[in-house]
Amino acid sequence: MKIAVCIKRVPVMEVKFAITADGSRYEETGLKYDINDFDLWAIEAALQLKEKAGAGSVHVVCLGPNAAQEQIRKAMAMGADSGTLLETDARVYDGLAVARALAAELKDGGYDLVLFGRVAIDSMNQMTGPMVAELLGLPVVTNVFKLDIGGATGRAERVLEGASEVVEFPLPAVLTIDDGLNKERLPSLKGIMAAKKKPLDVKPAALGEQAVVARSMALPPERAAGRIVGEGADAVPELVRLLQTEAKVL
Amino acid sequence: MSTDTLAAAIPALPSVDLTAHAADLFNIDAALTEEERAIRDTVRAWVNEKVLPIIGQCYVDGRFPKELIPEMAEMGLLGSSLPEEYGCAGLSSVAYGLIMQELERGDSGIRSFASVQGALVMYPIYAFGSEEQRRTYLPRLAKGEYIGCFGLTEPDFGSNPSGMITRARQQADGSWILNGAKMWITNGSMADIAIIWAKTGDADDDKSIRGFIVHTDTPGFTAKDQKGKLSLRASDTSELVLQDVHVSANALLPNSGGLKSPLMCLTQARYGISWGVLGAAMACFEEAVSYAKNRVMFDRPIGGFQIQQVRLADMLTELVKGQLVSLHLGRLKDAGNFTPVQVSLAKRNNVHIATEAARETRRLLGGNGILAEYAAMRHMANLESVYTYEGTHDVHSLILGQAITGLNAFK
Repeated sequence: MKIAVCIKRVPVMEVKFAITADGSRYEETGLKYDINDFDLWAIEAALQLKEKAGAGSVHVVCLGPNAAQEQIRKAMAMGADSGTLLETDARVYDGLAVARALAAELKDGGYDLVLFGRVAIDSMNQMTGPMVAELLGLPVVTNVFKLDIGGATGRAERVLEGASEVVEFPLPAVLTIDDGLNKERLPSLKGIMAAKKKPLDVKPAALGEQAVVARSMALPPERAAGRIVGEGADAVPELVRLLQTEAKVL
Repeated sequence: MSTDTLAAAIPALPSVDLTAHAADLFNIDAALTEEERAIRDTVRAWVNEKVLPIIGQCYVDGRFPKELIPEMAEMGLLGSSLPEEYGCAGLSSVAYGLIMQELERGDSGIRSFASVQGALVMYPIYAFGSEEQRRTYLPRLAKGEYIGCFGLTEPDFGSNPSGMITRARQQADGSWILNGAKMWITNGSMADIAIIWAKTGDADDDKSIRGFIVHTDTPGFTAKDQKGKLSLRASDTSELVLQDVHVSANALLPNSGGLKSPLMCLTQARYGISWGVLGAAMACFEEAVSYAKNRVMFDRPIGGFQIQQVRLADMLTELVKGQLVSLHLGRLKDAGNFTPVQVSLAKRNNVHIATEAARETRRLLGGNGILAEYAAMRHMANLESVYTYEGTHDVHSLILGQAITGLNAFK
């Protein structure tokens, strides 16, 4: 089984973000980066499928800055066999431009499966996977939290609002992986050392024209401090009054 | 690393929360290689997930979490700087140090287990063992199939190991009979093999000290758990007794000779400790910062009071200095150009600053600081052992004093 996994380098979310003085983008200084969480589960899914099949390969594709090689190496440390970086220094807001660049890279690869994370936790667009599928003319199954591949067909369970859905699809196909399918493995030390020697191809990303650009960014307003209206049963009438008149939630 | 790369990587930190950087004010991250960072991060993630949720209770129960050994082995944490041909990870000394740091961020007992297995059991087999011994033992120790311990210290000979009483007498057929007692032996009760140091000559002949690989199921070998510890409670500490323990000729580590051999092992282990305790200090610092920002007293977070800010400033300053010492020492070690005196300075300084950081954190936490729910007092109590083992703080002072003056103050 030949599998490609598309991953994104995203800022680690524990840090406090700041917006640049011109308001056009977030401040990069001091941020730490990692592989998007959903993409980690996509990598894990690919590795498990390869291990179960006892043969095959897992190739990682990432579109991002030169430093994103670190994320590709991490995927290799987990067990991916090879990687391609489609390099760009631009911050890309046009999902279609990203999808076109990825599709161009993937189209002649002969992959049985192309996996994505359901969503990138920085841009939250959820569009790249389905767009790539469309551009490649392949079936796409989104939000997969259970997966079974047998021969030339697959069976997946998808998350719906308050329900789930079972679908079948022929291979090759594009899947977007949701929370709950697996828990990603930690890279072993030997894996980290072995990753250095695996092939990593760097080429410029063919992004083309971008129809969407970000004009401005803003952080949510700081929340005001809470207020203690009193203690015990005596405080309840005042609390109810405020919830009705001020917070207007009752 | 070129000056340019380093300069480019140093952020000015204008808008970023310092705590999010795990106290990396000097961006020491930028001085690590990509692999070193990856190794640190993977061990950190493992410790967060597997060690931190259980370690407080293990400590209270006085139990070493043995169930973690297979995972540590699987990740490659045991003897990680030894060559790959013996089933080890072949890592740099800095990467090894970062592993120790992350393990001790969890608990000194977990780090002690890995230190002993790697630096005090696998290292002497690698350094002083025959090729056959290396091939027999190292892969099994790396996989955690064998647990090892290191028997040097005796009840009456701690800081002065040259006085050891344990004897090995060679028999006519070349085999050996060992007699003696060893004390404060980490991993002693759960070990499958013990590296036992014994005199093969007269009582005052420390040049006759040799190392032996003794299987703990050999008749005459007993290990007794050390009771009543108020420190390193999540660690196996034992007393070993060897009574007419008969081992074959090939139990001897053929290239060991004199007190220098066990001291070489201790240099390896002390190097790891200098990194390890930084992990304990980081854990305490982070706990102190978080508590200071959230705990409200006199209507504001206690972090807003000058006395706590002085505490935090002192802790961070010492932590950064300690990190720079260990990192530089690691680079020297990888360049094959480091000395035991440098290791003494690093061990002495870093354990001291970590002990102070733990104590100050415990105080900053007020009453909550005495609870197992927080890490500070556990680290504080653990570090008293670390302060004492592998050369006490005082003995390292004398090593440094001798190096500075050329005068021996030991006797």
